[in-house]
Order: sequence, then structure tokens, then C-alpha cells
Amino acid sequence: MNNHDLATGIATQLKHKPGALLPVLHAIQDELGHIPSDAIPAVAKVLNLSRAEVHGVVSFYDLFRTKPSGKKIIYICRAESCQAMGSRALETHVKSRLGIDFHETTEDGEISLEPVYCLGNCACSPALMVDEQVHSRVTTVLFDQLMEELLDDSSTRATKP
Amino acid sequence: MTKVFIPSDTTARSLNADAVAVAVGALGEDIELVRTGSRGLYWLEPLLEIETSDGRIGFPNVSVESVHALFAEGIPTLEHEKCLGLVEQHQWLGHKRLTCARLGIIDPLSLTDYLDHDGFTGLAAALKMTPQEIVGEVTASGLRGRGGAAFPTGIKWQTVLDTQSEQKYIVCNADEGDSGTFVDRMLMEGDPLRLIEGMAIAALAVSATIGYVYVRAEYPQAIATLQRAVEIAEGAGYIGKSINGSEQAFHLEVRKAAGSYICGEETAMLESLEGKRGVVRYRPPLPAIKGLFGQPTVVNNLVSLATVPDILAKGAHNYAKIGKDRSKGTLTVQLAGNIKRAGLLEVPFGITLREILEDFGGGSFSGRPIKAVQAGGPLGTYMPETEFDTSMDYEAFKDIGAMLGHGGLVAFDDTVDLAEMAQFAMEFCAIESCGKCTPCRIGSVRGVEVIERIRAGENADENRILLKDLCDTMIEGSLCALGGMAPLPVLSVMEKFPDEL
Repeated sequence: MNNHDLATGIATQLKHKPGALLPVLHAIQDELGHIPSDAIPAVAKVLNLSRAEVHGVVSFYDLFRTKPSGKKIIYICRAESCQAMGSRALETHVKSRLGIDFHETTEDGEISLEPVYCLGNCACSPALMVDEQVHSRVTTVLFDQLMEELLDDSSTRATKP
Repeated sequence: MTKVFIPSDTTARSLNADAVAVAVGALGEDIELVRTGSRGLYWLEPLLEIETSDGRIGFPNVSVESVHALFAEGIPTLEHEKCLGLVEQHQWLGHKRLTCARLGIIDPLSLTDYLDHDGFTGLAAALKMTPQEIVGEVTASGLRGRGGAAFPTGIKWQTVLDTQSEQKYIVCNADEGDSGTFVDRMLMEGDPLRLIEGMAIAALAVSATIGYVYVRAEYPQAIATLQRAVEIAEGAGYIGKSINGSEQAFHLEVRKAAGSYICGEETAMLESLEGKRGVVRYRPPLPAIKGLFGQPTVVNNLVSLATVPDILAKGAHNYAKIGKDRSKGTLTVQLAGNIKRAGLLEVPFGITLREILEDFGGGSFSGRPIKAVQAGGPLGTYMPETEFDTSMDYEAFKDIGAMLGHGGLVAFDDTVDLAEMAQFAMEFCAIESCGKCTPCRIGSVRGVEVIERIRAGENADENRILLKDLCDTMIEGSLCALGGMAPLPVLSVMEKFPDEL
């Protein structure tokens, strides 16, 4: 199924909800990992909105992506509690270790890096989240260990049929 | 069969609680393993608890490796060297918990557990009352909005009750975006039925038939747990076509946000729920009169709604007698940042900030002096040590130009660069501004630039005057609290830490 048809299907399924646009966009992103540009006219048509309105919503919210992300997304918390426990140094380390800045993906397509402003894990700062798993009291050493586990994990997965 | 409890909340799981649970499950002992929420004694997590005839005993910081040693001679007892004693007697649980009473105690998705711990007794009381009586109870309790604005909840409900409309809504604001706050997450993960009960009571009070919980997307576990709890409550007939057998329906839906801080502002949140960009609305009209889809809407913070069942179950008077002056009841303090013992406290209003930081928090995590505390999230002021004796209540904080907000406290030791933190406040505002009003959208960007210049020593004195002017413009001219309050941390650094900025 192409993106246009898939988006049409999802939007049709959810359009009964009042103010359905966010649930529709989340469902598309859950399915495809991002919201491709050809999904936008499809969603607009089903929800009786203009393409500009849909595009405006996609671009307003930080968690909607218009490009594919890496296989794993690392969300690193930049908020005050984590800063009080050294997240600025961690952030610098993470960027240099991965060789990318925020909103970028490593060249091998493995990891994307995103800033986040609070994960609600402030009692054990600094925090980061890989996909949906939160990690507490992350030091640079702990991050490097985590990276090895992540890369191991993904290389084993890649060799499986 | 001995009951063993291991928390399964996000923070406990980030500290390996799942692996500990697996290890305990594999022991082969005569054990019934229960996964609970967290009590919020986070420096002790994973905190394993064992039921005894005297109450639950606790074993802190359990790891997969330590499980075998702990259970080497069977089920460990109070005499075990690693035991911290009866958990209920812990200092942090010394004040009777109300809103957080079931956290860490029950299985969040067990209806039986919930009912065994006085669940749905508030709803039962409300079902015997008229809408006006329910609103009267909430008003008499003195409950004020726990999201930060501290507006009396009963008065808000009264406005919605008095506004005639065929369709009314209850909206729960669970877009907990302030750094240093996590009680909404804990309640959703640890006692979600309580929120559902509170919303059902609100629905009865104002005759609303549809409710939404707007949860931030950064809380995937909270969303999943709450969604499951809604299904359970609906399946058992507490909400849905009928609120527990009454003639009123109440359909509740959990909506996932998408990473925008400004959507914690109530009108931006309503826009988002309507499927639009989270842009702030002009007020008036108030959401209580024209809210979601233009209809009268109760918009309350999650903690406010989760407190309502207790007020209805035990009476307004019981709640109002706790606290200080006009700050009635309990405050859920979330202690975070550079602090030795971080976590959730529920205490009556009126305790001092110093008691929280020193007696409960045990000083900084680094062991260095605490230089500043940011209270009330990223828009709150930085408080110096000279203000630590301030009473934790809405009026005392207001008197010194600070705010309690949602109850978050972030401690910083003396290595903090407060000029950098002031710059960050403006940077955060620039990133999160919805863009509708100029003072916030442009002012925050200019704010970052001016602070950069002051820090670089470029015309510092003149730029300080300019920065103060800019802050005044943002405070006076912004449409909502984001632009209107982002200057507060900046000004507090300039005024209270003059050597820094």
C-alpha cells in the first residue's frame, strides 16, 4: 500500500473522533515512523481540511517527524533538573560520540538524536530515553555502555533473516 | 504465600526494577509478586517490599545480583541487615498522604485493589448529591488548582454548572511539562482509577458527558496504563453509557500530545484537542464558558481532579482543616535536581522550603552547598538561600515574587552558572513559544541575545538596563504565562544573584 492510501485508510478509520487530526497523525507516524509529504493531502481530504492546515499542525509539534528517523531515537533531556546534574556535559559527549547534532541521524541510519524538555524522571537526573525506555543518572561512561548494547543489539538483528 | 511488591513505574524501571521482578519471580519461593506504582522514595528504588503481619517491610536499592543474597535464607524479615524497617514508618511517609495515598501500595490496574483501598467511595458519595451540592463540597474544601495558577476549583466548576449548554466537557491537563515535576506521571502509572473517579465526579457536578485526558507524549507508560484503566472502569460500569448506574453518561478518552510545552496552557491545549496548532487563545471568553469546541468546559490539572474523590468521600471539612491560611490541604512536592534524596512528598501546605531541602532532601547530591532552588518549573524564580525559610504556601511564595507552580523544586549546588540558566529560560521560551504574540515570540529571542552580550562583557551595564526593559515588556505584553513569566527566572538571577548577571 502506498503512503497516500495508507494515510487515507487511517484517517477514514479515525475521522469520527472530534478533533481527529492529532490522533490521525500519531497513527500514521506509528505505522510509518514519520509523516511523509504525500500523506498530508490524503489526511486533508478525509478530514475536510486544507493541506495548509494539516501541514501547519505537523510542523507545529516537535514530535511529528517529516523525515524517516534512525532505527533508534535517543531523546536526551535538556531541562533544568537534568542540567543541575550535568546534562550539558552529557549532551556534548553524546553529540561528539555520535558525530551528529540534534534533529540529525547517524550516517549508517542507526541512531537519531532529539532534545526533549523533561521526561518526568527528574528524581534521577540526568535522564535520556531510547525509544520508550528511560535511563536514569546517565553518566558519559554509562552512555558509552548503553551505545555498545544498542549497536550490538541492532547488528544481531541485522544478521537475522 | 507471601506478597512481594516491586514498583513498575517509569523511574523504577529505569533503575532495573523489571529485571529485579524477573529474578524474584524465578526464585521458586512461595511468593505472590505484585507490581505497584512507586511511593516516590526514588533514591531507594528499586524498593522491594514484603508483606508481614505488622505491615510492609522494605529493602532498598535491590539489584538482580542482590536478590539471591536477600532471599538466601528464605523470605527476609524485619531483622535482615538490609531491611529499612516498616515502610509506612519512613520519614517521607510521616505526613498522611491523601492524593497519593495509594501510590506504591496497590496494583494500579487491579479494580479489586482499588475497591479494597476505598476506591470509588467519593463517587458513591457524589451520586447521592445534586450537582450543586457536589460543587458546594469542592468549593468548601478550599481546593485550588494544582497546575500552578491556584484558582479555586469549586468556583471554576460553579461557572460551568451555571452556564447553560447541551454539551459540556471535562478536560484533564496531564501535559506535565515543567522540569522537576512528575506527580501526574506517578498518579497515572500508580493509581489511574483515582483520576477517572475524580473526572466522573466532575462530570456529575457540571453535567458533562464527555471527558478528555490530554497526556504528554513523553509519558508512554502513563498513557498505556491510563488507557487500560479507562477500559477497566468502563467495563465495570463506572463510566461509559452510565456513571455507575446513574442516568448520566460519561465517555472518557485519553489523548496523546505531541511534544509542545505550550499545550500545557489550557487554551492552547483546547486548540490541540480540537486538532489544531497549539496556539493560545485570547481570554475572555473563559474556557468555563466557551471552552472545548466552544462549549462550557472544566479544565483542571490532574492532581486537582485526583484530589476530588478524597474530598467527596471524607467531606470538605476534613480537607479544609489541613494546610495553612488560604492554601488548604496538601501539596505534592516533587524534589529534584542536585539533591541527595529526591522524590515525591505529600505534605500539608505551610512546611518551609528549608525543611524540604534539608530534613527530607538531605542537602545536595554533590555534597556542596545548595546555591539556588528553582521552584515551580522553568518559569519559576531562582531562590537564594536567604529565602529558604519561606513557608510553602501560595501566598507566602507570592509575597516574595516566587511561585509554587505544580510543586516542583529543582536544587542547584554552588557550581551552577546562573547566568547560563537565565539565558536558558529565554532560550526555552523561544523554542516553545506558540508565536501568537510578539513579546513572547520576538522578546525571547532578543532576550537570549542580550544575555549572551552581558555574559561576554559587551556594554554590560547598558545591556542590563535593556534586558530589564525587555523583561517588563514581555511580562506586561504577553498573551499567556509563557511569555509573561519566562522573564521571572531571569529577573530573579539579576536581583538575587547580582554577581552572576
